[in-house]
Amino acid sequence: MRKGVGLGLRGLGHISVNAIWRLGYFSRFFIATLFYSGPSFRRFFLTVREIYFTGVLSLVIILVSGLFVGMVLGFQGFNTLQRYGSEEALGVMVALSLVRELGPVVAALLFASRAGSAITAEIGLMKATEQLAAMEMMAVNPIARVVAPRFWAGVISMPLLAAMFSAMGVFGGYLVGVVMIGVDEGAFWSQMQSAVDFHEDIVNGVIKSVVFGIAVTSIAVFEGYDAPPTAEGVSGATTRTVVTSSLAVLALDFILTAFMFGGKG
Amino acid sequence: MERAKIDLWVGIFVAAGIAALFILALKVGNMGNFGSGGTYSINAYFENIGGLKPRAPVKSAGVVVGRVAEVRFDNQRFEALVTLDIDQNYKFPKDTIANILTAGLLGEQYIGLEAGGDEAMLKNGDKVTHTQDAVVLEKLIGQFLYNKAAEGEDKKGSESSK
Repeated sequence: MRKGVGLGLRGLGHISVNAIWRLGYFSRFFIATLFYSGPSFRRFFLTVREIYFTGVLSLVIILVSGLFVGMVLGFQGFNTLQRYGSEEALGVMVALSLVRELGPVVAALLFASRAGSAITAEIGLMKATEQLAAMEMMAVNPIARVVAPRFWAGVISMPLLAAMFSAMGVFGGYLVGVVMIGVDEGAFWSQMQSAVDFHEDIVNGVIKSVVFGIAVTSIAVFEGYDAPPTAEGVSGATTRTVVTSSLAVLALDFILTAFMFGGKG
Repeated sequence: MERAKIDLWVGIFVAAGIAALFILALKVGNMGNFGSGGTYSINAYFENIGGLKPRAPVKSAGVVVGRVAEVRFDNQRFEALVTLDIDQNYKFPKDTIANILTAGLLGEQYIGLEAGGDEAMLKNGDKVTHTQDAVVLEKLIGQFLYNKAAEGEDKKGSESSK
């Protein structure tokens, strides 16, 4: 009995110490990534190439899911608003929920599973096949050459993807609300324009997506760099990337929303 | 894939992203309506503002001419002090009346300006002296019930025995 309790306590201590150790390592790694970011801007093609892999190749999933999310919002919003006789407010509902919340958050979750996992797997495999060690042998810093360009590519792509997601979603809501159901088109756009504020809603949405981009890509590159150099280790790291970055996105979203929209009635 | 092709695709991607941001700003948001043109602010005291909120429109003859910048409580006069930002293109006489009106039955509240006949125009920081408060639904219903009760008193019998 006492032995069991002791083992349990020891396990708990191990887990917390390990978590704090990893947090410290992550912070050090993050600072190093920022510090060695010079080459990813001086040799900008390194970053452009990664934008192609993380951003351009994520376009299809982002655009299609944005369209469908917007169309579902159109149906659900119409269903509820119709009860209060205010179908014209559909545009407001679709636009506000997309620009403030769903655009940045859902785009970041999709980005984490589409691009974040790919980054982790790629860097993890580079480590497992000792390509990173080979670079160090040739006096090439792997953080500057491999990690930083991927990080910046993610940070640049994320707000653009979120904006496209929101725009596509508004279009989807328009398709369902105006074209299919027949809400008045003028009221749809004019109520939307009078309710959505540029600074309050759109700029805050962009800030959110930049923060999510930093969180998702920094977790992805760290997990890849930290992965045990085995097939099992890389697969575990990929899973951890998706789980950790999704949770980080949702938690950060709560904090940012509390800051941006919390204090106002 | 060769370099030129990647550059092209990334260029298209970035352009599409920025275009999406512009669409959001202009078509979804209200950047287009009320842009760079400067505004001047005027103040108005109301005894009751109802549900008026900052950023509510200020209309004159139904046309949006400005926005509510700030709603505060003046502890000296025990009244609400509302600051309005009016587009610089529109000038209003000094004796303009500011009403708090409601769009539709349960819609949002806005401020309606009725121009007066004064020669002098309102300037930045001026105060509108003639104001009309928001209609409070509870007061209206109370008045209606009171009137009904008074009517019943006159007729007597037939109404109350029901």
